[in-house]
Amino acid sequence: MGMTMTQKILAAHAGLSEVKAGQLIEADLDLVLGNDITSPVAIHEMEKMTVKTVFDKDKIALVPDHFVPNKDIKSAEHCKCVRQFAMKHDITNYFEVGQMGIEHALLPEQGLTVAGDVIIGADSHTCTYGALGAFSTGVGSTDMAAGMATGKAWFKVPSAIKFVLTGKPSKWVSGKDVILHIIGMIGVDGALYKSMEFVGDGVANLSMDDRFTIANMAIEAGGKNGIFPVDDLAREYMREHSKREWVEYTADEDAEYEQVIEIDLSTIKSTVSFPHLPENTHTVDSIDEIKIDQVVIGSCTNGRIDDLRVAAKILEGKTVAKGLRVIIIPATQKIYMQAIEEGLVQTFIKAGAVVSTPTCGPCLGGYMGILAEGERCVSTTNRNFVGRMGHVNSEIYLASPAVAAASAITGKISQPSDIGM
Amino acid sequence: MKAEGRVFKYGDNVDTDVIIPARYLNSSDPAELATHCMEDIDKDFVKNVNKGDIIVANKNFGCGSSREHAPIAIKAAGVSCVIAETFARIFYRNSINIGLPIIECPEAAKAINAGDAVEVDFDSGVITNKTTGESFQGQAFPEFMQKIIKAEGLVNYINQK
Repeated sequence: MGMTMTQKILAAHAGLSEVKAGQLIEADLDLVLGNDITSPVAIHEMEKMTVKTVFDKDKIALVPDHFVPNKDIKSAEHCKCVRQFAMKHDITNYFEVGQMGIEHALLPEQGLTVAGDVIIGADSHTCTYGALGAFSTGVGSTDMAAGMATGKAWFKVPSAIKFVLTGKPSKWVSGKDVILHIIGMIGVDGALYKSMEFVGDGVANLSMDDRFTIANMAIEAGGKNGIFPVDDLAREYMREHSKREWVEYTADEDAEYEQVIEIDLSTIKSTVSFPHLPENTHTVDSIDEIKIDQVVIGSCTNGRIDDLRVAAKILEGKTVAKGLRVIIIPATQKIYMQAIEEGLVQTFIKAGAVVSTPTCGPCLGGYMGILAEGERCVSTTNRNFVGRMGHVNSEIYLASPAVAAASAITGKISQPSDIGM
Repeated sequence: MKAEGRVFKYGDNVDTDVIIPARYLNSSDPAELATHCMEDIDKDFVKNVNKGDIIVANKNFGCGSSREHAPIAIKAAGVSCVIAETFARIFYRNSINIGLPIIECPEAAKAINAGDAVEVDFDSGVITNKTTGESFQGQAFPEFMQKIIKAEGLVNYINQK
């Protein structure tokens, strides 16, 4: 029987000619990732191991991004722990404040993730790199510790759902709307333990940034990974960003899928997820007036240059609604610089938004935009769980950068057409 | 090995943000994390939980963030076992890796109520509701995972190899 794209990558990294769904394997790792929240726990676990050295100092990435620049003394201690570990083991890919970015935007940009890789990261959104045709998945700190020490991880080979994408998204509809639409359709556990493989002619109509956003939120459907085929656009991205050689895998024609779902991208509308689950989706044209207190544009899901360009196009020459806080967070230093060079930052500040240094910050209720009781936020982030961005009685509405920017102007959940765009 | 305790019951999609809110993730000390366990979904949990108690929930328990702090907080709060219809995959891995016993059993998850006295036999996978007298067959772990659990976590397992 044939294998899915994910199964082929896993088989190759386990030294096997064939694997089947449900099989337990041990795979070689191309990259092990951790951040300032998960790495200290992993470092502590590694201290208990008999192996005292890392398997390969070039294949570990340490990215303090969640609570940096250090938001308080305890966070500073965590970052210090990561920094000392990075220095002690001479970790090549340690990214200090000033060179850092949100991990899942930063690693592809730095060329550390390419097609055919097996990557684990102690962060659930590690699934992002599937956009480039890699197998990448989130794990916990102990798995990270074991990965750093041995260069290996155990996996249960996943079955898969195939999403056949056709058509072209309409104006202002982005990868975020596509993935929210899918999560609304299959639910937050619709792909539990499974791969989400995205194929079809429609893939060509999605930018790399759209694909990163879609793969990023595979976890929000419970998925083990999300993965895209490698096409000319992905090759061009890897050539531009990476010096590494990549390996392209394609699913066998007789690969078995648990489910095949066809999606015509041209039919997808601007979509928002209501509190308190990403599956509570509604199209913007179908909702009643919902007034908001804050807008966040950023995160590993939507803090890339395409996202900022869309937001700037909508905010250009306009001002944000009175009493509304609009927080824009470029995901990496490079994206930040590009946004400055293209005049996007100027547009944001003139419109009355604040622009922050790269950080995960408000997405997980860390800092830089915490909500008070009863407040509502439209956010381009990835989770709208109870208390995620602040008070247990605050609300998050997940949306695309276009919807977030339009809402910033009106002060209520809106789409660009509502302001004549 | 057996666990026995009183049940705290929760619904679908209990996420790791409510198990341990990110505002407390500037600490990785298990005892400190335990003092905020389940705070955003059940503010009385920490006050009421006793050593050995059991959490029972419906589907997709532990969804969301990969924070290992979530099973660490549950374990440090004194919980001896989590029974659910299904677990989110990263939470499942993390629990095994840190030695928090978890069992998937849709029938038990549906039938057991808050406050029931429940016993779990990890060797047989049998879950007994001592309050009602019902018993359920939970899913047994594959041999590979049993080895990790017997070693009391992935780190010991690797050290023994």
